[in-house]
Formats: sequence, structure tokens, C-alpha cells
Amino acid sequence: MLKLPIYMDNHATTPMDPRVLEAMMPYLREDFGNAASRNHPFGWKAEAAVEQARKQVAALIGASDKELVFTSGATESDNLAIKGVVEFYKDKGDHIITLKTEHKAVLDTCKRLERVRQERLDELKLMRLAQLTGAPVSRDNLAELSIKHDLDSDPVYRQWAEMPTGGARVTYLEVEKDGRIDLKKLEAAMTDKTILVSIMLANNEIGTVQPVAEIGKLCRQRGILFHCDAVQGIGKVPFNVEEMNVDLASITSHKMYGPKGVGALYVRRKPRVRIAPIIDGGGHERGMRSGTLNVAAIVGFGKAAELARLEMADESVRLLRLREKLRKGIMDQLDMVTVNGSMEHRLPGNLNISFAYVEGEALMMAIKDVAVSSGSACTSASLEPSYVLRACGVEEELAHSSIRFGLGRFNTEEEVDFVIKLMVDKVNRLREMSPLYEMAKEGIDLKSIEWTAH
Amino acid sequence: MAYSDKVIDHYENPRNVGTLDKADPNVGTGLVGAPACGDVMRLQLKISDEGIIEDAKFKTFGCGSAIASSSLVTEWVKGKTVDQAMTISNKDVARELALPPVKIHCSVLAEDAIKAAIEDFKKKRESRQQKA
Ligand SMILES: Cc1ncc(COP(=O)(O)O)c(C=O)c1O
Repeated sequence: MLKLPIYMDNHATTPMDPRVLEAMMPYLREDFGNAASRNHPFGWKAEAAVEQARKQVAALIGASDKELVFTSGATESDNLAIKGVVEFYKDKGDHIITLKTEHKAVLDTCKRLERVRQERLDELKLMRLAQLTGAPVSRDNLAELSIKHDLDSDPVYRQWAEMPTGGARVTYLEVEKDGRIDLKKLEAAMTDKTILVSIMLANNEIGTVQPVAEIGKLCRQRGILFHCDAVQGIGKVPFNVEEMNVDLASITSHKMYGPKGVGALYVRRKPRVRIAPIIDGGGHERGMRSGTLNVAAIVGFGKAAELARLEMADESVRLLRLREKLRKGIMDQLDMVTVNGSMEHRLPGNLNISFAYVEGEALMMAIKDVAVSSGSACTSASLEPSYVLRACGVEEELAHSSIRFGLGRFNTEEEVDFVIKLMVDKVNRLREMSPLYEMAKEGIDLKSIEWTAH
Repeated sequence: MAYSDKVIDHYENPRNVGTLDKADPNVGTGLVGAPACGDVMRLQLKISDEGIIEDAKFKTFGCGSAIASSSLVTEWVKGKTVDQAMTISNKDVARELALPPVKIHCSVLAEDAIKAAIEDFKKKRESRQQKA
């Protein structure tokens, strides 16, 4: 029997596997100890459980357990990796290269570091202008005075500006139409100041898998650290930090059938990668992340990692088959439908499609028994459609018309059949109501019309 | 985001979806919004020589609130005079459908669509009178 509503939004989060919950239960009940308590059995038991989980997670990515730092999730892991490297290696350089399609946890961390640098440079300018003019300067007349005294060619200011600022300069690389990075562009962006490349394993919207092994090789050759946000790809496509020369990797438990609020950062030991902590305190996790460990969640994370390692091969075959069934079922019965992102380099459970002339939020409302996401602006607080789709060159109109399906471990063939039929019905219904569809069918070129943008 | 019952009702049972003959001199067509912004409304009004709105049809590309806003105004304008229809404001639409702040632009679009359709009708009539 088909149970409604159907969950097909497994990129947002995944349900917990019952085996994970079972593994966690004792640590929510009688085994409640603090893993840092060194002098009684409650603590020892908790510590042993954490260390076993550390091994389970490490085994999934080909790391040693000593290389994992538990965090509250991938947002924290991304912050820790990037801010931690920028602070620790500030004397070496301050340039970061990342992608326009990265998750906000990476992009907004980079933006903050750019702001930090800019603020520091402004302070230096204020100091230099005070020296030069002998008069009071403030942020209000900073721009004006900088031009007047031509600070950009002032040798003293320029020397100061080369000193570490605590922030970073960032290059946001474009992606190709299929969502993939062009390795030549990456290489061209590298400078002798580049300390970090941060590129994800797989994209959370379009499921595009990046050539991580090639990126790792390039970074290693150039002596640049490589951070990979591996959240969406882990347990779905092969990922091995040794084979792929990854120096830092972010993982989160709730995208792989584990509990929310727990994740990890992989930090390479050989050759040793150093990071400055962003949370100070009791010195847990070898000083890289203070705070009492969430033992039950970590145990669940470990169990989820073990299941992913053992079941990935079979599961990805099954998911790919379901995904292709969904894709073909929809595309065989509807015209003017396009898939966003690479078909070749794609997560097996991901399908991101645009249904031309139908708006994404209206479509989600029509299929309210199926939980999915849309790149439509209407689903976010901003009125901009998905920046990921835009970066891949998808027109705004089609970005508004996109739906993301994320198939996961617990989706069934029966559900896929139901969703195909529903999608076809509802898209047809909404197209009957769409003036754009009618015009397109009449052969009117929609681009020739002067729209009244609002 | 949760929708009001009225939005859901209009969205699920939209009133007056369809197309009127653009070439009919008594039909005014308003096409407002932009595909790139995620909503386009087309409202068509059939207006008698006495200035009474006899029929109204719409088609909308947009979210549920945009569809509901257009459906609602087709109901409201029918039977009204052109002058009465011109007084319908986006605030009336937003209030009736209990639209949240992020959806106010949908009601603005519905008001614009009424005005654009009436404008189109008036233009047609003028050019007819000039020819006569
Ligand atoms: C690619 C990617 N990175 C980072 C995150 C953030 O992970 P978390 O929810 O564990 O903070 C997500 C999930 O939203 C993601 O998809």
C-alpha cells in the first residue's frame, strides 16, 4: 500500500535508518556518560562508543580515525576547514579558490573572510591617511581621501596591505553548462598566494559530481590544500581521501540516514594539515573543536557510515534504476522538459528538471502529496531563483520552473510510478492554465515580447 | 509556506480559466508580469458597448497565490462596469486571500491585469471610432 505523503527530498535531509536509531538508544538511556570523563566506567563506555564511531566514519572515506574531528554538522565543518586554514596559514598566503555553485556554508564563509580583509585594509588606509594628512580621517571621507592621496600607488600603504589581514581574497570559479568545473580554469586561477581550494564532491541541487581526484592531484602538485564538501556524495558515489588527495573533507550525518546535528571534518595527518579552531574551550577533539561530544548522535553517525559503506554499491544501482525510471516516465509523456546538470556525472538519486511554462511553486502545490524542492524564487525569502541553476546558464524562466527530486534508501518503485503519473497530470493541468504555454504552442517567440518586469 | 483556505480553493478550482477571441472588438486583453520574474498573468474581459463586463477569462503562469489572485478578480469583475472594475485594488485582493507579505506582488499583478485589459479595450474602441 502506498503511504502518503511521499518523501522525495533526500538532498535536504534523509530519514533515520531504523538500525541507526537502534544503535543510538542505549546512549540516550543508561549509557549517558561524558566521553571526556576519564575516571569512571560511564565515561569509558561513552569514549569507547565514540572511538568506534570514529573508526566507522573513517573507514567510509579511507581515512584513519585520528584524522576525524566531530562537529555539529557540515555547516560547522565547512566553516572550520576554511576559517581554520586561513587563520593557520596566514603567513603563507590568503587566496582561496571555490566554485559559484558551492553550498552557502562555503560561499558565505568566503564572503565573510573577504569582508574581514576589506575592513582590515580600510583600517590600514585610515592609519596611512592620518599620517599623510595629519588631520582626522573617518570612514566617511576615506574613499575621497584615498583617491586624493593616490593610496593605491603609495609604497608604504602597499607594503602594509601585503601583510596578513586575517581575511582572504576569493576567486569564485564559473562552472560549465553541465555544472562541472573546467580544470584549466582552476589551474589558471592558482597563484603563489593560493592556500586553499574548496570544491564540493556533489552539488545539492543538481547532483553534479565534480572530478575530485583530478582536482586533488592538481592541488597536491601546486602545494595547495584541498577542502572538499563531500556531504551530498558520501555513501552515494566513491570517495576516498587517499586516492583523491583530499586534505580536508566535510561530512554530515543527516544526509546519510543518521541523526541531525552531527558531522565531521576530516583533517589530513600525512602530510600534516593544521587548522586553527573556531570554538575554544575544553580542548576536545585534539583542540580542534571544543565541546562535550554528543555521544548518542555520534554513535548513530558511525552506524550510518558503516551501513553506507556496506550497502553503497547495491543501493546506488537501485537508486539509479529508480531515477532513470522517473526521468523516462516523465520525459516520455511531457514535451518541453529539460534536465538541469550533467547526466553523466550525477548522483544516482538526483533528478532536477525544468517544466517549461509551469512555475515551480505552483507545481509543488499541485503535487502536495510528494515532498520535493524547487529552484523557484517563490520558495525562498529572496525573489531570485536558484543561484546554482543560474550559474549553469539556466535561464531565469526555466529556473523558476525547476523541480528537484532526491530519491533515497526508502523510496520504492511504487512511489516512483505514482509520482510519474501525478507529475504528468499536474503539469498538463497547469499548462492548460499557462498563457506562456498557449503562446508557445501558437508559435509566438516569447523573447520577442516586451515584458513588464516588476 | 502555508496557504490560506481561499488561496487553496481558487488554486484547486480556478474560476474562468480560458481564452477569449483577441480579435473581437469587445474583448480587452491584459498581459502583465514577466517570465523571468516567475509570474505572467493574462486577463481578458468581454465588455459590452454599454461598458458592462460580460465575461472574464484568465491564464496565469505563476505560483499558487498568483493563480488564486487572477481567478478571484475574474469573479469580481463580472457584471461590473468598467469604472467599477477600475476601483478594484491590490489591497482588496490581498485581504480577501489573506496573502502574506512576500505574496503581495501577486495581488499587484492582478490589479495591473484589470487595468491593462481595460486599457486595451479602450484603445481598440478608439481606433474603431477613428475609422468610422
Ligand atoms: C553540500 C552541502 N554542504 C553543507 C550542508 C550543510 O550541512 P548541515 O545541515 O549538516 O549543516 C548541506 C546541507 O544542507 C549541503 O547540502
